[in-house]
Amino acid sequence: MAMTRMLPVRATLRRPRLRWVDLVVGGAILVVLGLVLRVGQDMDVPFVPSNVGPTISTDPGNIPFYAACSLLRMFVALAASLVFTFIYATVAARSKRAEKAMIPVLDILQSVPVLGFLSITVTAFIALFPGSALGLECASIFAIFTAMAWNMAFAFYYSLRSQPKPLDEAGRLMRLTRWQRFWKLDVPSGMVPLIWNGMLSFGGAWFFLAASETISVLNHQYALPGIGSYVATASSEKQLGKIAIAICVMVVMVVGVNFLFWRPLVAWAEKFRIEDSVAADVPRSVVFDVVRRSSVPSLMARPWRPVGRWLDRATRVFGVTTASVTPEAETKRRGDAVFDFVIVALVAVGVWRALDYVHDTVGLGEFVHAFWLGALTFGRVVIVLIFSTLVWVPIGVWIGMNPRVSRIAQPVVQVFASFPANFVFPIVVAVLIATGISLNWGSILLMALGAQYYVLFNVIAGASTIPNDLREAATLFRLSRWQKWRRLVIPAIFPSYVTGGITASGGAWNASIVAEVVTYGTTLTAAGIGAYIAEATATGNFPDILVGLVVMSVYVVVVNRLFWRRLYKLAQGRYSL
Amino acid sequence: MTTTSTTIVATTKTASVPIISAENIRKVYPTPDGGEHCVLDGVSVDLREGEIVALLGKSGSGKSTLLRCIAGLAAPTSGVVRYRGERLRAANPGVGMVFQTFALMPWLTVQQNVELGLEAHGVTPAERRERALRAIDLIGLDGYESAYPRELSGGMRQRVGFARALVVEPDALLMDEPFSALDVLTSENLRSELLRLWAGSDMPTQAVLIVTHNIEEAIQLADRVLVLSSNPGRVKAEINIRLPRPRDRRSPEFERHVDDVYGILTGHAPEGVAIPAQGRLSPAPTHADTRIPHASVSGMSGLVQIVHARGGQAGLADLAEELLFEVDDLLPLVDFAVLLRLLEVRGASVRVTDEGREYARSDILAAKEMFARLVRERVPLVKTICTALAAVPDGKLRRNFFVDLLRRSFSEEEANVQLDIAIGWGRHGELFEYDADTRQLALDVGGHAAMSAVARGRTGLRVDRVRPDEILAAEEGSARAQPRSSQRRFHRSSSRSIGEGFAGRADLRVGSGRPDSRLRSLAPRRAAANMRTNPATPSTTVRAPLLMTTPRTRTTRPNRNSSRLRHTLRRR
Repeated sequence: MAMTRMLPVRATLRRPRLRWVDLVVGGAILVVLGLVLRVGQDMDVPFVPSNVGPTISTDPGNIPFYAACSLLRMFVALAASLVFTFIYATVAARSKRAEKAMIPVLDILQSVPVLGFLSITVTAFIALFPGSALGLECASIFAIFTAMAWNMAFAFYYSLRSQPKPLDEAGRLMRLTRWQRFWKLDVPSGMVPLIWNGMLSFGGAWFFLAASETISVLNHQYALPGIGSYVATASSEKQLGKIAIAICVMVVMVVGVNFLFWRPLVAWAEKFRIEDSVAADVPRSVVFDVVRRSSVPSLMARPWRPVGRWLDRATRVFGVTTASVTPEAETKRRGDAVFDFVIVALVAVGVWRALDYVHDTVGLGEFVHAFWLGALTFGRVVIVLIFSTLVWVPIGVWIGMNPRVSRIAQPVVQVFASFPANFVFPIVVAVLIATGISLNWGSILLMALGAQYYVLFNVIAGASTIPNDLREAATLFRLSRWQKWRRLVIPAIFPSYVTGGITASGGAWNASIVAEVVTYGTTLTAAGIGAYIAEATATGNFPDILVGLVVMSVYVVVVNRLFWRRLYKLAQGRYSL
Repeated sequence: MTTTSTTIVATTKTASVPIISAENIRKVYPTPDGGEHCVLDGVSVDLREGEIVALLGKSGSGKSTLLRCIAGLAAPTSGVVRYRGERLRAANPGVGMVFQTFALMPWLTVQQNVELGLEAHGVTPAERRERALRAIDLIGLDGYESAYPRELSGGMRQRVGFARALVVEPDALLMDEPFSALDVLTSENLRSELLRLWAGSDMPTQAVLIVTHNIEEAIQLADRVLVLSSNPGRVKAEINIRLPRPRDRRSPEFERHVDDVYGILTGHAPEGVAIPAQGRLSPAPTHADTRIPHASVSGMSGLVQIVHARGGQAGLADLAEELLFEVDDLLPLVDFAVLLRLLEVRGASVRVTDEGREYARSDILAAKEMFARLVRERVPLVKTICTALAAVPDGKLRRNFFVDLLRRSFSEEEANVQLDIAIGWGRHGELFEYDADTRQLALDVGGHAAMSAVARGRTGLRVDRVRPDEILAAEEGSARAQPRSSQRRFHRSSSRSIGEGFAGRADLRVGSGRPDSRLRSLAPRRAAANMRTNPATPSTTVRAPLLMTTPRTRTTRPNRNSSRLRHTLRRR
C-alpha cells in the first residue's frame, strides 16, 4: 500500500496536452542552452583548477573519506532542491502568470536527460569560480540537484494546488500572515508528498552522483574525491577487487541513509497526512521511535523557538495572505496578452539564432545524423523495456501477490532500485571485453541494469494492492491461469506498470549517456545519441552538444507525449482500482 | 429529540443595526462555451445584531457561495458586501467561520489550532494561551488541549471548530452546514450547546448566519429563515420564526413552519408566505437545457412505492424524517417523480398520480417499459438525445456532441453530470446505450428484443458493455455533482469487487426500484445505508419497502454516521 503513494511521476503526468506553451518553453530552454554554450566556447582552459587531477587515489583506506564527500554532496544537493522547491512551487502555485511558464518548463526539464546538461553546467560553474575546485564541486552538486529538484517541486506544487479548500479558506479568514500561511499551512500540507518524492529522488540521484564526480569536459578529465570517482579510477585501472569494495560501501550507504534518515522522516510525516482517518499500515521506523522517546527533540526545538518568534514578527511586513477578491480587470488581461507576446517573440528570435549557430558551424545536416543515432538509442530503450517487462512483470506479480515474499523482497528491491547502476558497469564491461560482445549490444544490458528495477518495483506495488476479494472471486470462478492474467492481473497492475515503464524509459535514456561510452582499461564506444553527446562533451564540441541534446530531448518528450501519456490516461480512466 | 437543557429562554438580544449587509449580490461563472452560469442573482441579506439567520436551499441554490461572499472569501460579480458600513475587499475582518468539514489543521493540536487565529493577530504567546484555554473551556473541551484532531470524534472536532471561530471574538459567526457531517444525536447535542451559548453572556458574538439544507435545523435555530431558490439562487421567501426557545419540534407551530418551507421549496407556497414574483415559477420543461434533478431511477421508484404504500399520499416532512433524508436527498427524487408525473405536490405533501399508481403496481418489466415511455416523453434532455440519435443514419453520436449542447447553459462539470444522469435514465429505459470506451451514445435498437428476451426468462442482456462502477455512477446521479473524494473512490473500488472481467456479463440488471438483492450485493454500503428498521429510535422507523437509493450525504460527505449510528443502535 505504502508504495503506491511513492510513485514519483504519477502527479507529473496529470498535466494538460501538448499546447503551444510547451513549444515556446522548449524553444526557450534551447535558447538558454545555446547562450550558455556560446559563453562557454569563449572560455579557455587557464582558469581550470590545477589541483584537480584526472584520477584519484584508489587506496581503500581513503574510501571512508570519499564516501563522506559523496554523502555531503548528496545532502547539499537535497538542501538546495528543498529551497528551490519551496520558492519555485510556491510562486508557480500563487501566480497565474508565472504558472503558465513555470510548469511547462519544469515538465520539459524533467523529461530531458539531465546528464547531457552536465557539460554545459560544468563549463558555467568553472567560469563562476575560476581557478578553484569549487566550480567543479558546484557542477557535481548541480547534477545531483537536477536529479532531485524537478520531482520535488512538482510534488509540492501539486500539493499546493490540491490543498483542501476549507483549510485555505480558514487560513484566509484567520488573516494569517504570508509567512504563517506558508509555514503553518502550505509546508505541513505538502510534507507527505515532499518527503516521499524526496526519498525517491534521492535514491535516483546516486546514479548522477557517480556519473558527475568524474567528468571529461573540454578535453580535460576531472575527478573529485568521492566514491564515484573511486570506481571510475579503479575501472580505468582494471581493479575489479577495489570496485567490489566500493560496491559494498555503496550498498551500506544506500541502506544506511534509508534507515537513519528517510524512514524516520517518513514515519514522522504521517503526522501531516490530511485525511483524518489513520492509514491502515502506518510507516514505522525504529530510529524515529527511539529519537521520539528521547529528550533530543525538545532540546533541539528550544533554541529555535525565539528564531520562530522573530521570523513571525519580521515577516509581518509581507502582509496578510489573500487571494485577490476583486474580479479580474480588463487591463490585467491585456497585460497578460502583452506578456505572452513578448515572451513568444523573444523565444522565436532565440530559436532562430540557435539554429543559425548550428547552421554556421556544423551545418543543419548534423541533425539528420543525430536523429539516426537517436533512433539507434531509441531501439535500445525499447528493447530494455520489452525485456524488463517480460522478465520482471511475472516475477513482480508473484512477489506482490505473496505477502510473505514481498515483505522480504520489497526492501531489497528498493535498495537495488536506488543503487547506482554505473557502479557495476565495470564488471559487466569486463565480461563484454572477455567475451568479445560489441558494446552496440552490450550497452543494452548496461542500460537495463539501471532501468529495469523501476518496472519490478512498481509491479510489486501494483500486485500487492489487488483486493483480496477479487482474487478470491477469480479462484471461485475457476479461471484458468491465462484467463486470470488477462481478466484480473494485467488490468490490476496496469497503472503501476505504466508508471514503472515511464520511469524506466527515462532512466534508460539517461543511462545511455554513460552506457554507450564505457571505460575498463580500454574505452568501448557504441553508436548512439548517448555516445554522441558524451564524446562531444569530452572534446568540447559545442554545436554537437547542442544538436545532441536537442535531438535526445525531442525523442524523450515526443515518446512521452505520444505513447506514455496515452497509456497513462487509459490506466487512469479504465484500470484504476 | 428535545434538548436536555430546560433553562433556555427566548433570546433577549434584539435585532437592530446590520453588522453585515450584502446588497444585490450576483455571482456568475463563465461557462467554457463563452456563456454564463449564474449561481446567485440579485440576493440581498442583512445580518443584524442579536439575530440568528438561516440560509436554506436545495443544492445549486448558491447558499455556500453567498456565505463565502459575505465572508470575503469570494468576490461577487456585482453587488456589494459591507461590514459595519465598510465595503469588503478581502477576507471579512469581523467574522469567524465554522466549516462543514471542520477545516482543522491536522498537524496542530487542539490548542494550537485554536491559537492560530490569535497568532495571526499578533497576540503575545501568554495571552494567546490564556484566551485559547478559555475558549476551549467554554466549548467543553478541557482535557483535550494537547490532542490532535484525528484523535477526536466528529462532534469533538466541530467543537474545536467552534472554539477556533469564537476565540477571536468575532462580531458575527458564519456557519457552513456545521452539523451536516455529524450523526443525528451529536448534531442535536451541538445545536443545543450553540443555543445555550447564544442565550448566555459568554458568547462575544452579536449575530449568527448559518447555511443549512436541513429544514428542521433552520427552524429550530433561526429567528429568520431565508429560503433560496435554485438556478439561479434567489431569495424565494423570508420566514420569521417567533417561537420561544427551546423550540419543541412536535409543537403544531413548529410543524406548520416545516410544512411551509417544504411548500416553498417544492414551489407550492402556502398562503400567507410572501414570495417574490421572480422566484415563483420555474420555466416549463421544454428545452433540452432544462436542468434535470440529480436523482437515480431506483431512488425515485422507491419513493413512488413508499408513497403508494402509505395510501397514495405522504407529507414531505414525515418522509424526510423517517428516511433520515435531508432536503438535498429527498427533493431531487420528488422533482424527478413530479417531472415524470408519477407524483404531484400538494402544499407540503406529495400524492401519487394515476400513472404513479400504475407504475408502483406493475412488475419489473412493465414498470421498465412505462418508465421508458414517460422519460422519453417528459424529460426534455432524454427526448433530445433520442431524437438526435434517431436522426443520424447509424444511430450513434459522440458524447461530446451533447456535452457541447449542454455547455451553453451549464458549467463544464455540470454539463457532464447532466448528461451522465440522462444516460443513466436512458439506459434504464433501454432507450439508448453508452459505450464508455468509444464515448459514444447509440440508439438501443435491441431494446425491445432484450425486453422480450427478459420476458422469456433470460436476463441481463443489455449490460455487457456496462462496467459496475458506471452502474453505481448512474445510481448516484446526484453524487456525481460532487468532486470525487477519496472516500468515494474507495467505495467505487469496493463496488468493483464483483469483478470487471468475469462478472461483467453476469446478471446485473439495473435496479427497478424493488428490493433487488443482486444490486445490493453490488454495493454493500448501500445495503448498510438501507437498514430498514431501527427499534431504538421510533421516529426513524421506515415502514415502506426498501428504498434503493443512496442519499448524497452518505457518499460524498464525511458522514457515514447516520448509517453507522443505526448499526450501533441496533446492536444494543
